[in-house]
Amino acid sequence: MAAPTPGRRRNMQPRAKIEDPKQSLKTFKRLLGLIFKRYKVHMFFVLLCIIGSALANVQGTLFIQTLFDDYISPMVVRTAQGESADFTPLLFAIARVAAFYLLGAAATYAQARIMIYVTQSTMKDLRNDIFRHMQSLPIKYFDTHAHGDIMSVYTNDVDTMRQMISQSLPQLFSSAITIVSVLASMFMLSLPLTVLTLIMVAVMVVTSGKLAGKSGKFFLAQQTDLGTENGYIEEMMKGQKVVKVFNREEKSVEEFKELNDRLYHSSYNANLFANIIMPINAQIGNVSFVLCAIAGSILAVACEGMPVLGLSLGALVSFLTFNRNFNMPVSQVSQQFNSIVMALAGAERIFDLLDEKSEEDNGYVTLVNAEYRDGKLCETEERTGLWAWKHTHQATGEVEYKELRGDLVMDDVDFGYTDDKMVLHNIDIYAKPGQKIAFVGSTGAGKTTITNLINRFYDIQDGKIRYDGININKIKKSDLRRSLGIVLQETNLFTDTIMENIRYGRLDATDEEVIAAAKLANADSFIRQLPEGYNTVIKADGGNLSQGQRQMLAIARAAVADPPALILDEATSSIDTRTEKMVQDSMDKLMKGRTTFVIAHRLSTVKNSDCIIVLEHGRIIERGTHDQLLEQKGKYYQLYTGKAG
Amino acid sequence: MIKTLAKQIKGFVKESVLTPVFMILEVVMEMLIPLLMKSMIDDGIENPAGANIEHIAITGGLMLLCALLALLGGALGGVYGAKASAGFARNLRMSMFENIQTFSFANIDKFSTAGLVTRMTTDVTNLQNAYQMVLRICFRAPVSLIVAMTITMMINAKLAGVYLIAVVFLGIVLFFLVRKTHKYFMQVFEKYDELNAGVQENVSSIRVVKAFVRENHEISKFERATLNLYILFLKAEKLMVSVSPLMMMTIYGSIIAISWFGANMIVGGELSKGDLTSMLTYCMNILMNLMMIALVIIMLTMSIASGKRVAQVLREKPTIADPENPDYDVPDGSIDFEDVVFSYSKTSERPVLNHINLHIDSGETIGIIGGTGSSKTSLVNLIGRLYDVSEGVVKVGGKDVRRYDLETLRERVSVVLQKNVLFSGTILDNLRWGNENATEEECAAACKLACADDFIQDFPDKYYTKIEQGGTNVSGGQKQRLCIARALLKKPLILILDDSTSAVDTATDAKIRRAFAEEIPDTTKIIISQRISSVENADRIVVMDNGEINAVGTHEELVKTCKIYSEIYVAQTVGNGDFDRKGEK
Repeated sequence: MAAPTPGRRRNMQPRAKIEDPKQSLKTFKRLLGLIFKRYKVHMFFVLLCIIGSALANVQGTLFIQTLFDDYISPMVVRTAQGESADFTPLLFAIARVAAFYLLGAAATYAQARIMIYVTQSTMKDLRNDIFRHMQSLPIKYFDTHAHGDIMSVYTNDVDTMRQMISQSLPQLFSSAITIVSVLASMFMLSLPLTVLTLIMVAVMVVTSGKLAGKSGKFFLAQQTDLGTENGYIEEMMKGQKVVKVFNREEKSVEEFKELNDRLYHSSYNANLFANIIMPINAQIGNVSFVLCAIAGSILAVACEGMPVLGLSLGALVSFLTFNRNFNMPVSQVSQQFNSIVMALAGAERIFDLLDEKSEEDNGYVTLVNAEYRDGKLCETEERTGLWAWKHTHQATGEVEYKELRGDLVMDDVDFGYTDDKMVLHNIDIYAKPGQKIAFVGSTGAGKTTITNLINRFYDIQDGKIRYDGININKIKKSDLRRSLGIVLQETNLFTDTIMENIRYGRLDATDEEVIAAAKLANADSFIRQLPEGYNTVIKADGGNLSQGQRQMLAIARAAVADPPALILDEATSSIDTRTEKMVQDSMDKLMKGRTTFVIAHRLSTVKNSDCIIVLEHGRIIERGTHDQLLEQKGKYYQLYTGKAG
Repeated sequence: MIKTLAKQIKGFVKESVLTPVFMILEVVMEMLIPLLMKSMIDDGIENPAGANIEHIAITGGLMLLCALLALLGGALGGVYGAKASAGFARNLRMSMFENIQTFSFANIDKFSTAGLVTRMTTDVTNLQNAYQMVLRICFRAPVSLIVAMTITMMINAKLAGVYLIAVVFLGIVLFFLVRKTHKYFMQVFEKYDELNAGVQENVSSIRVVKAFVRENHEISKFERATLNLYILFLKAEKLMVSVSPLMMMTIYGSIIAISWFGANMIVGGELSKGDLTSMLTYCMNILMNLMMIALVIIMLTMSIASGKRVAQVLREKPTIADPENPDYDVPDGSIDFEDVVFSYSKTSERPVLNHINLHIDSGETIGIIGGTGSSKTSLVNLIGRLYDVSEGVVKVGGKDVRRYDLETLRERVSVVLQKNVLFSGTILDNLRWGNENATEEECAAACKLACADDFIQDFPDKYYTKIEQGGTNVSGGQKQRLCIARALLKKPLILILDDSTSAVDTATDAKIRRAFAEEIPDTTKIIISQRISSVENADRIVVMDNGEINAVGTHEELVKTCKIYSEIYVAQTVGNGDFDRKGEK
C-alpha cells in the first residue's frame, strides 16, 4: 500500500516473553474470565466431574488396602485353619468398587466432552471476537503493523491458547484436585510416610522449577533464533534468483550456516532441559516410592499395631499406589509451566489487538434512497438510483434532505500520519459534480494520501473537507464510503467466484446487474472464455488471471456499486498495449458522469481532466487544465515531456 | 524418502544410537522396581520365617540403585535425544539450503517461494519433533510394554492373561480410532489453513473491505468459516476423548479382574501377596505404554507429508551446472543467437522462443519491445545462462555460453531482473552485492549513474540507511534505481535491464539512459521496456511477437516499416499513452 510508513513496525521479537508477573497475572485472570464468564454452568459441571473422577480413583486405590487387610488376609488365615473361604463379601466389595470406577469413568468422559465443547466454543468466540474487532480498526492500524504480525495472532497465538485451554487448564484442575484428595488419603493411611512423600515432592518441585527456568531461557533463545533464521530463509528464498545473478551462493550459505548453527545450539539446549525434566521428575518419584517402600516395610514390621507409626500391609500397598498417584500430577504441573508461559504471551498479544481502539464514528448524517415527490425530496425504501443525505439536526431533531450530487471541496487541509510530521500542507481542491480531478507528481508527493482523506481512512489535522456542502466528519463513515467508489492499483480480489467478486460492490445486485457491470468494464468477453464463466473461482488474489483482467474485474466491482463519486488509482504496471487499451476504455466508461479523483499515469486521463493538480512534497505547486499547464512550462511540462526543465 | 532423510543423520549417528539405548536402560530399570517390591513384601515383610529387616534393606538399596540408573538412562537419553534431533534438523536445513543454492532458475520455478520457506521452517520443525519422538519413545514404549508383559507372565501366566486381553482389546480400538481421527484431523488442518488464508486475504485487502463498507459481510463470512471449523474440531475431538474413558474402563476392569482372580489364587495358595502388588503396579504401566504407542503413530503419520516435501527438495538435481574444463575468459560483450529454440518444459507444444537469430555487437545499445507473453524476458535470460537453450547456440564474446564457468559468465553479464528484490541491510550492503570490495566512492558513483544518489542523500543516514526486509521502506522507483546501481557495480561487459525503470518517471528514465551512453559506452546494453520512450534512442530495437523476432531496426525505420511497433508508438504518444509511471508500491 502506498501510505507512507512512519514507524512501520517489524516485529522480530521473540514470541514468548515473560513480562512482568503482575501483567501476566492480569492476563491470566482475563483469560480465565473469558472462559468462566461465558461457560459458567459448563465449568461448574467440569469441576464436579473432575472431583468425581478423582474420588473414584482414590476410592479404587483405598480398595487395595481393604482387599489385602479385610479380605485376603483373613481368608488366608481361615483357609490355613482348614475352614473354607467365603468369597461373597469380596464379591460385594468388588462390585461396589466397580460401581465407583464406572462412575469415575463416566465423570471423566463427561468432563472431557464438556471441556471440548467449552474449548472449541471459546476458540470460536475468540476468533470471531478478534476478527470482528479487527474489522472495526482504522486503516492506520493495518498501515502501521506488519501483516505477518497480525496473521501470527490468528495462527500462533490463538493456537497456543487452544492448547492451554484444552490441555493445560483441565490438567491443572485435575492435578490440583488429585493432589488434595490423594494427600488427604495418604494422611489417613500413614503420617510419617506422608511427610516423607512431601519432602520428596518439595525436592521435585525445586529441581523442576530450576530446570524449567533454565529451559524457559533457552526456549526464548530458540524462538528468537528461529525467528531470525526464518526471516533469513524467507528473504533468501524470495531473492533466490537475484542470488544466482550475483553469484552470491557461497556467501549466503556461509551466512546461513552461522544462523543455523546458532539455532542448533539454542534448540539443543532448550530440548535438553525439557527432555530431562521428565525423567528426573519420574526418578525422584521412584526414589520417593522406594524410600516409602523401605520405610513402610520397616514400620509395618517393627511398629506393628502402634497408633501413628504402625501400618498394615494393605495400607502400605495402598499408600505406595497413592505415592505414585501423587507424584504424577506434581510432575505434570511442572511440565505445563512452559506451555502456560507461552500461552500467556500469546494471550497478551491477543488482548493487545482486542484493546486497540476502534475506528471512531460520530457521524449522524446518513445516506438514504430518495425520490422527488411533488418537487420535494423524500426518503423512500426502494432503490431509486437517487440518493439523499439525511441530516437530522441535533438540536431541534428537524430532518433535512439534501440530494447526493458529488460536490467535493477540500478547504485548506493539513494532514500528517503523525501529529508531529505533516505530509500535506494547505490543500485546496474544488470538484463540482461530474468533474474529473487528476493528481500528478513524483513518488511521495502525497497523491495517494489525499485519496485516503476523502473516505476518511485517515482524519485530517486541520482544514475542512465538505461533501455536498456537509463536513464529512458529520457523515456516518459507512455511508460516506458507500457513496465513494474505489479502484486501487492492487486489485485485491477474494477467493470466490468471479460473480461474487464483482457483486462485492453491491451485495444485492442481481446476476444481470453484475453482468452489465462486467460488460461496462470490458470484462464480459474474457470471463465468458473461462471454463466456468462467471462461476470460475478466483484463487490467491487472482493469480490465475492476468494483471489487466484483474483490473477490469476491480473496475466492474466499482461499477456495480454505481457510486456518484470515484477514487481511482491508475495502474502503473506493465501490461501489453492491447489489454491496456481495454482497461483504459473501461476506466473511462466508469468515470463518465461521476466526480472522480484519479491518481493519473496516463496521458488520456490527464488530458480529459477538468483540473490537474500537480503535487510536490505535500503541496500543490501547479493546477489547471492540460493545455494551461503545458504553457506554464513548469513541473508538469517536465513530467510530461521527460525533459529536465 | 526415508533413505534421503536418513542420510541427514550424519554426524549424529552416535547420539541417535545412544538415545534409544539409554531410554531402554531407563525403562528396564524402572520395570525392575515393582519386581523388587514384590520380593520385599514376600521375602521381607510376609516372610513365613518372620519379617526380615535385612532383606528389606538390601532390596530397598537395590531399588534405589535401579531408580538412579533409570535416572541416568532417562537424563542421558534426553540429552542425546535433544542433540540428535537438533542436529538432524540442522543438517536438514543446511543440506536443503545448500542444495537450493545450486538450483537453476528452472529448479526455482518448480518450487514456489512460499513452498520452499515452509519446507525449510515448519516441515523441518515437524521432522525434528518426529525424530526425537522416534528415538525416545518408539523404542522405549514397546520395550517397556514387552518387559512388563514378560515380568507379569513370569509372576503368574494366568493373571497376565488379563493384561493380554486388555492389550489386544485396546490395541484394536486404538487402531481404528487412530485411523479415523487421522482422517478428521487432516480435514481440520485443511479447514484451518483455509481460515487463515481468508484472514490473510482480508488483512491485505482491508482498504477494499473498508471502502465498500463490507466489514459485516466479511465478519459473517468469517463466522461461517469458524463455525465449520468448530463443527469439524468437535467431531474429531469427540472421537479422541472417547479414548480416555475406554482407557480408564480397561484399566479399572483389569484391576478388578486381577483383584478378584488374585484374591482367589492367594487364598488357593497359588499366588503371593507380593505377586499381586506388583501385578497391580504393572497394570498402569502396560496400558499407558500402549497409549503412548498410539500417540506416536498419530504424530508420525502427520509428519510423513513433511518428510516427503523435504526429501523432494533434497533430491532435486540442478538443471544447469558448470562444464568440465570451463573457460574463464569472456573476451568481449558481443552476443549471438544462432537458431535458438527454447521451451520451459519438454512437453510444451509450442516453444517459447522459436528459431531466433540475432547478432549484437559489443558496446551496442539494444532495445527490446513487445507485448506480454512475447518472450522478451526469456530471450535475455539465455544470455547469462539463467536457462539453457533447447536447440541452437547462444554465444557471448564468440563462445558458447555453456563453455564458460558460470560464475565468470554471470560476473560479466549483469541482469537487472524484472521482479527484483533488495535485502535487509544498509544501502551499502545491498550495493556491495555487485562487488564485495567496492569502496564507498565506487558505490556512490554507480548510484549517480543510476540517478539514485539524489534520493539516497535525502535519507538521514544516507548510504547507511537500513533497507527493511523486502525493501518496503523505499518506493518502487527508488528500488529499481538501487537495483540498477547494484548491477552496475559489477562493471559488466553486458548490462541487461529487464523492464527495470517501469516505476521510474520518464524524466529520470531518460537521465539514466543518457548517463549510460556517456559513462559506460563500451558496455553492451540491452533494455527491455513497454515504453517507446525508453528504447527509441537505442542503436537498434528488436520487436518481439509471440516468441519470434518480428523486426529489427532503428526507431525511425520501425515506425515506418513495422506494423506492431508503429501501433505501439501511436498508442503511446497520441492520446492513450503513458503519461508517467511513478509506480506507487
